[in-house]
Amino acid sequence: MIDAKIPAGDLADKWNNYKDSSKLINPANRKKLDIIVVGTGLAGSSCAATLAEQGYNVNSFCFQDSARRAHSVAAQGGVNAAKNYKNDGDSVYRMFYDTIKGGDFRSREANVYRLAECSLSLIDQAVAQGVPFAREYGGYLNNRSFGGVQVSRTFYARGQTGQQLMIGAYQALMRQVSAGKVKTYTRHEMLDLVLIDGKARGIIARNLETGEIERHVANAVVLATGGYGKVYYLSTLAMGCNSSAIWRAHKKGAFMSGVSWIQFHPTCLPQIGETQSKLTLMSESLRNDGRIWVPKKAGDERVPNDIPEEERDYYLERRYPTFGNLSPRDISSRAAKERIDAGCGVGPMKNAVCLDFSKAIREQGRDKIEEKYGNLFKMYDKINGVNAYKEPMLISPAAHFTMGGLWVDYDLMTTIPGLFALGEANFSDHGANRLGANSLLQSCVDGYFIAPYTIPNYLSRELKSEKVTTDHPAFIDAENNVREQLNRFLNLKGHLSADHFHKTLGKLLYDKCGLSRTRKSLEEAIVEIRSLKKSFDHELKITGDDGVNSELEKAGRVSDFLELGELMCHDALQREESCGAHFREEYQTPDGEAVRNDQDFCYVSAWEWKGEAVEPELHKEPLVFETVKLTVRSYK
Amino acid sequence: MKLYLKVWRQEHRDSKGGMISYEVDGISEHMSFLEMLDLLNERLIQKGERVIEFDHDCREGICGACGMMINGRAHGPLTGTTTCQLHMRSFKDGETVYIEPFRAAAFPVLRDLKIDRSAFDRIIQSGGYISASTGQAPESNSILISHEVTEAAFDAAACIGCGACVATCKNSSAALFTSAKISHLVLLPQGKLEAADRVIKMVGQMDAQGFGHCSNTEACEVECPQEISVLHIGRMNYEYNKALALRK
Repeated sequence: MIDAKIPAGDLADKWNNYKDSSKLINPANRKKLDIIVVGTGLAGSSCAATLAEQGYNVNSFCFQDSARRAHSVAAQGGVNAAKNYKNDGDSVYRMFYDTIKGGDFRSREANVYRLAECSLSLIDQAVAQGVPFAREYGGYLNNRSFGGVQVSRTFYARGQTGQQLMIGAYQALMRQVSAGKVKTYTRHEMLDLVLIDGKARGIIARNLETGEIERHVANAVVLATGGYGKVYYLSTLAMGCNSSAIWRAHKKGAFMSGVSWIQFHPTCLPQIGETQSKLTLMSESLRNDGRIWVPKKAGDERVPNDIPEEERDYYLERRYPTFGNLSPRDISSRAAKERIDAGCGVGPMKNAVCLDFSKAIREQGRDKIEEKYGNLFKMYDKINGVNAYKEPMLISPAAHFTMGGLWVDYDLMTTIPGLFALGEANFSDHGANRLGANSLLQSCVDGYFIAPYTIPNYLSRELKSEKVTTDHPAFIDAENNVREQLNRFLNLKGHLSADHFHKTLGKLLYDKCGLSRTRKSLEEAIVEIRSLKKSFDHELKITGDDGVNSELEKAGRVSDFLELGELMCHDALQREESCGAHFREEYQTPDGEAVRNDQDFCYVSAWEWKGEAVEPELHKEPLVFETVKLTVRSYK
Repeated sequence: MKLYLKVWRQEHRDSKGGMISYEVDGISEHMSFLEMLDLLNERLIQKGERVIEFDHDCREGICGACGMMINGRAHGPLTGTTTCQLHMRSFKDGETVYIEPFRAAAFPVLRDLKIDRSAFDRIIQSGGYISASTGQAPESNSILISHEVTEAAFDAAACIGCGACVATCKNSSAALFTSAKISHLVLLPQGKLEAADRVIKMVGQMDAQGFGHCSNTEACEVECPQEISVLHIGRMNYEYNKALALRK
């Protein structure tokens, strides 16, 4: 059994108790300690900047050409904080409860409470950095509401909240670069983790501009590398989002948790063709004013505007009258799939539902809607050539946020001492489903407010540990392994591209380990993924050289996705219940709602890598609920 | 649809590049421009040739990574659009399309259409931030900012740093990029204290990186995918002159 190291005391006091008792490091000694932070999104940039402010030497890595381009930049809707500015009954406890419930009681109380608690400081921090959050006319901050809650606690900067928070964190990072406390390694990809005496002491990175393989040493390594939803190929994520850093750490001994909990976002643009590379997300905030419906009659061929009101099925309002169009993402996505599967889907591939603003425009006027969501309407028009002020948007669920990731304890440290995982790269705070506007929050508070306490607490014990250099045999071994894999890719004389394998894997996972799963589909998927991996190992074709080569980069990532995909199926197969984003068809009520099994599955699954084509080993972290009572999650 | 492409291919930073012709058929009008390049690259792999390298990531118009000159225009024929948001319905069957990297002395070519835009990061490093360390920020509603000021700051802050403004400018000036940051921060009360120092440093760094001067052609605004206004350049000049005049 693994220990999450939750501090003692009442729920509301745990984080304060931790901070009061964590070890400090003398400023003069901080200069002697080096920290590697991989990833420059909200979690990575904020963590790197904050540790540098404290006086540590930070080396920051990202595969993009600039730290500012990490995929946090694309988050649209907002960031939650329990400020209760709307005087609508919000509080830290209520936000904690909404998040625990939204996550279907599959996350830790202590972590989630800390998330809600730290949310208060985050808004202050972002405002101080110049993030232009929406304001009322009197100058005070404005809020809106997101799925799964009945208060307005979401702070937003038009439909580009992620971009603005990201720019704030990036600027904080650039400030530390200028101060000489952070060195950035852009266009660098981490390809292995280096362990010495069982502790994380460095990484092997490939310089994507020159092809050089580099060794970097540190006293602690932080992975803030985002999520792996791109495993489905078609997803809302950026093309470069990948699982390689966390997967390679997993193969070095870090456990992976909740791997099959992958959120399908209900408001994305549907697939319209076979060559598509991306499913674009439309902010969930649209559901504040947009009404979701499908034709009542299956196979209705009319265009949406020709379908009269009485022949429309506002299925979320019908099934979930209390939360309606603001039902949580997993529930809204499954409800859409249910209607699409029933033949009521709209659009050229009959794979979409309508998100209709006609009522909101009639009631509030087009100007008001344009002010709130203008950029999203513009984006919709660019991609589809359709004016959504005049006809409904067509939307569909798409693979989005991964609740799974590296297992971490309360310190955000993985099962490898000295290896920390922040933001979407860890499994920690969302349970089996993430509530809207909580991902920016988690990334930011992990980076600004949590890791800057817990990492020094770890480092305080490392001051006296032996000094190592990149000449250590562990670095040489890791580098050789990386070189060997890259050479193997370049020398394979196959005939299929890395994208071919990625797309095949994605389709397979979507069908068999996607919005819903069965024992049969998962068992089939494991066999098929293993066979696909074998084919990849022989039939891959990479052109180009070992310099700038995006195909070579893809090959390593797809290789990791294949192994990760298999683990996702193991995780989903083992969890014989339906919870949050994980819907096993065998476990549902007669009217199609998820049936959770707290008796047997109230734990976090933590998987240990045992070797290629060997079944992974399951460890369990029991979830102990001292404060909340586990209830059936209902949004009706 | 079938297109005749002329694509800039260049092996390395220092090697000589040139236009290479490709014919691509089977293009659907729904594809994005980058998906059309994916299709071409897939075919190049089948032929055993090195793929065309280009920068891209989010493919939803916000990361700022993509960007190329398409028929002589940054991000292609549409206004207010990044290359990833440009769809093939904007082209005609049988058309010849020229594709080149963003060209500027401060943006060296790495390979094919990939360029080095780190000069932008160095401009931000020189002062493009508010010096707010973590953990001591005042309560956010204690800083009142009017709705109009926030919206104006946001209009400037929306810059995605893609470099289209530089690529389209006859002087390769980074004035629009730099001024957007100046405006974003100087409009807000939090950013005012460092305003003078910031503008002097950032303008100095912009020059040091080898970007040219702004000569008010205003082509940058036309090509900016975020439609950032050239009025920010006016504000930057005003702030710069004010800072110089009041410098102690």
